[in-house]
Amino acid sequence: MGFFDSLKQGLKRSREAINEIFYMGGEVDEQFWEDLEDTLVMGDMGAEVAMRVTDDLREQAARENLTRANQLRDALAERLAEEFPTAERDPFTDLPSCVLFVGINGAGKTTTVGKLAGRARDAGVSCLIGGADTFRAAAIEQLEVWGRRAGVDVITRDRGADPASVCYEVVEEAEKRGSRLVLIDTAGRLHTSSDLMRELAKVVNVTRKRSGIPVSVVLVIDATTGQNGLNQAHEFNDALELDGLIVTKLDGTAKGGIALAISSQLGLPIYRIGVGETLDDLQTFDALDFCRALVGEGM
Amino acid sequence: MFNSLSDRLQDTFDKLRGKGRLTEDDINVAMREIRLALLEADVNFRVVKNFVARCKEKCLDSEVLDSLTPAQNVVRIVLDELTTLLGSTDSKLTLAQNRTPNVIMLVGLQGSGKTTAAAKLAYLLKSQGHSPLLAACDTHRPAAADQLATLGGEIGVSVYRGDGRDAVAVATGSIQEAVDHLNDIVIVDTAGRLQIDEEMMEEAVAIKRAVRPDQILMVVDAMTGQDIVNVVTEFANRVDFDGVIMSKLDGDARGGGALSVREVTGKPIKFVSMGEKPESLEVFHPDRMAKRILGMGDVVGIIEQAQKVADEQQIQDAERMLREGFTMDDLLSQMQQIRKMGGLAKIMGMIPGMERAMGQMPSGAMDDSQLTRIEAIIHSMTREERMRPKIINGQRRKRIAVGSGRSIQEVNQLIKQWDEMNKMMSKMKGMMNQGGGKKGRRAMQQMMRNMGGGNLPF
Repeated sequence: MGFFDSLKQGLKRSREAINEIFYMGGEVDEQFWEDLEDTLVMGDMGAEVAMRVTDDLREQAARENLTRANQLRDALAERLAEEFPTAERDPFTDLPSCVLFVGINGAGKTTTVGKLAGRARDAGVSCLIGGADTFRAAAIEQLEVWGRRAGVDVITRDRGADPASVCYEVVEEAEKRGSRLVLIDTAGRLHTSSDLMRELAKVVNVTRKRSGIPVSVVLVIDATTGQNGLNQAHEFNDALELDGLIVTKLDGTAKGGIALAISSQLGLPIYRIGVGETLDDLQTFDALDFCRALVGEGM
Repeated sequence: MFNSLSDRLQDTFDKLRGKGRLTEDDINVAMREIRLALLEADVNFRVVKNFVARCKEKCLDSEVLDSLTPAQNVVRIVLDELTTLLGSTDSKLTLAQNRTPNVIMLVGLQGSGKTTAAAKLAYLLKSQGHSPLLAACDTHRPAAADQLATLGGEIGVSVYRGDGRDAVAVATGSIQEAVDHLNDIVIVDTAGRLQIDEEMMEEAVAIKRAVRPDQILMVVDAMTGQDIVNVVTEFANRVDFDGVIMSKLDGDARGGGALSVREVTGKPIKFVSMGEKPESLEVFHPDRMAKRILGMGDVVGIIEQAQKVADEQQIQDAERMLREGFTMDDLLSQMQQIRKMGGLAKIMGMIPGMERAMGQMPSGAMDDSQLTRIEAIIHSMTREERMRPKIINGQRRKRIAVGSGRSIQEVNQLIKQWDEMNKMMSKMKGMMNQGGGKKGRRAMQQMMRNMGGGNLPF
């Protein structure tokens, strides 16, 4: 299944919802704008962004004399795409690179690390996995299974060990081996737990200081997350200075609008999106494609 | 930072409060704010529409508009409506009496917290005198069974893993295992699945058919957004669950999803999961949840939390404090209590009105680093100084300041605070002697118990 197909399927529901509005009639009226705003809100985009986008589009419609709903479709996709900042550097292809994965519990960090390692291995890149989630029960075992599947070594320590020192070791080992891509999984934590956030800041600092290769800190966020995702991203960004995002679980019916809200508010690029269970379903993010799929433009 | 639901409503009602009599337009303005606020709290769009319509209808009642305090009435109506929507009674697990073992099955999306919830539920049931068995039927996620086994080991509950391949076989095997080992409840942990994943949903139905659970609980992440409606509707149609466990409520998510679940499926929320520890599974209280959402403070919650961390030792300490006065060590232990309860910010957030006040404070004012500083100062005192802070003279102050890396002013401030608390203590002592008798003493104990965590030394 190609990129478009899988993305399209994942976003089918939201496209249907938006299509409904667009097919309602030729001429746009007040009701159209209200419905449009509501639909954007329903996609977890957040009331703020939704209102701004609709207002802008409204002005544009008046200015360019766009009176038919389907004309607005293009404009909307482009308008939404503008909300995403573009990545200056892709930490998974611009090598050497060391990436730390952070996020709340159950966002999909470990699975993402596993998938990325598999892809790197397939592409012939020498890769190393670091298991700094020494807190959750069986997190290390889970990562080791992924490591075995991908054929990539996992450097870790026993449960309860200091995660910062694990990172130190991982970076050291990577240098020794000359690994080009280092992927470090950290323990999931709620952004409201100040102690755990401090611990994570230490982990990040140690890695940034020790590593000779560029370090990126990536927030993994579940597409089903609602507006609390913004709180999460703000807190993680304040504590760790994030470099970018990975959005997981976009293969469900969730619209992932929160990704847009976070990306535009914090100016963080989206590096990858997860649209399915298999290795290939972790895709590079393209803002315009994403938005076109969202508004259902002739694909 | 965007406003939380409680901030938004508070703002709206502050505006209404200034008015003697409300017009329909005023109500419309308030309802618009409520609608936006609920949307930002992730309550589903359609649910919000219904909710706001119902509230508005009630608010337009002439009794409300003509009353002397219309704003309070609006608050009450919104709160009542919210509480009703969340379910009006506390829900418990219903297990068949004449069946051994009873079976509880957990379902949900990936990463919603099923495995953790399974262990917490086992811990809760065990503490109620049951003998639960955990069945590791998540055969998809790598090391899921290991995770359950580790968690089970920590709380002393056995875990049945079977062959770890066929989820249905593991589930049926676990029933036999429970019969053999005299376990009276089996908790079946299943793999996370998307509601549109046909194959996986089929598996859940197959497990259900095989073990005929007494209760199926769906674990829902409190942070889920609008999509929660699609998810729970599909799960309700396919597996038909009996109740919901809301997970990750210890974060700052407003849990608006709880509203949506109730409204859309009519299924009760049975438990809320509030943290990493096995004992952090709590019975759901709709009234408290509604108040928390409306920013009216979870006062009952604070007291319960304080009682949980205050143990016997601390009650004895409190009595000693009353007899012998309040030492710096006592201040230090209070400080550590606050930490145990989740830090100043968390406690403040639960006190009515505080959340708003905090929003207006410069960031960092309620920072726990203040606690750390005070701790540092106390740690720099000698044993004698801690026992009798009165002896701290200028020379000693200087030494303490240097030792803790704080300024002399800060040391002075701390001593002043101690002095005030000590005065309060002796006042209470007077009260107790006056009141006398066993009853007075008990009341005092209760007060001290609550104070142990909640009272702030500044």
